[in-house]
Amino acid sequence: MMTAFEPEVRRLFASLPEVDEEASARLHSRLVAAAERDGVLDVAYRTIDTPVGALLLASTGQGLVRVAYAREDHEAVLVKLAASVSPRVLNAPGRMDEVSRQLEEYFAGRRTAFEVPLDLRLSKGFRRNVLTHLPEIAYGSTQSYAQVAAATGSPKAVRAVGTACATNPLPVVVPCHRVVRSDGSFGGYLGGPEAKQALLALEATT
Amino acid sequence: MKPFEQIVTEHGPTVLRVCRAVLGPVDAEDAWSETFLAALKAYSNLPENANMEAWLVTVAHRKAIDATRAQTRQPVPVERLPERSTRAERPEDWDGDLWEALKALPIGQRIAVVYHYVAGLPYHEVAVITGGSTDAARRAASDGIKNLRDTYARTASEGEHR
Repeated sequence: MMTAFEPEVRRLFASLPEVDEEASARLHSRLVAAAERDGVLDVAYRTIDTPVGALLLASTGQGLVRVAYAREDHEAVLVKLAASVSPRVLNAPGRMDEVSRQLEEYFAGRRTAFEVPLDLRLSKGFRRNVLTHLPEIAYGSTQSYAQVAAATGSPKAVRAVGTACATNPLPVVVPCHRVVRSDGSFGGYLGGPEAKQALLALEATT
Repeated sequence: MKPFEQIVTEHGPTVLRVCRAVLGPVDAEDAWSETFLAALKAYSNLPENANMEAWLVTVAHRKAIDATRAQTRQPVPVERLPERSTRAERPEDWDGDLWEALKALPIGQRIAVVYHYVAGLPYHEVAVITGGSTDAARRAASDGIKNLRDTYARTASEGEHR
């Protein structure tokens, strides 16, 4: 619409910057702080760089609600979070400081379990039972899909365990990468086979 | 519905320009902050097909009117700020001459000019926000631009030789 105006009118406002990066950054932090204070920051997120690529971390007021690999498309994941949790979504790294620190320690081989509050609302029913069981698989060890099915009291639900792992909203932190095929092969992984291999290799060497 | 972060990215810079042009450098950032906090709170109840830019300018307009009333009530602190040193201390501040010229406009002309030319809203939407007719909005913007040309454009061309 601006292009329709005479250049002379546009020149009148030329000294008013179209984008002011410094002010925008300052105003963004101020908005995040005010939203936290007023309890309207429903979903806070940030991304971190890790050996398995950029991870998106998102938290509600109750806890970590989503960890996403780059191949899941972070933009698309945020759009889904806006629909399933709340559209009040802001890039607000502060809420993820603790989990970011723990992930950094994990990838450095200095941490074997995560101690952060989790918000499991994105997983329901049987899938949620599976996710609740996964942290019981010890660091550095693996279980087969059949073993996990048995441990959750539904020995015949081997395929459903596979689905639960494939739709895990909190990969890495909830260790679905420790679930492998009965023949010892890796099986699928939502972060890609290389990522699963990298995590298992990391845990095997430390 | 888009994540609100995307709304801030897409519309934040334009709303900041609008707040700066209506309120000047001192009050603009407070108005922007209040606008986006209010928008975040109301966001989940907004109809899916709402015109986001017009809606944000409407919210900003209410904040701006409140702030303008406060400016009129308390002219002293604003005038006490020496303009030149303000600019030197805050490099992000934009041209003080443009603000001086905008501030000198009657408020009706100022907001019509800014909502149409800076926010890019058509006159019928400007009219909805300011509560008058489309013709009145068009007239106010046209008078405002004429006045700005007389005052600011002259200062600006003189300024080039400074």
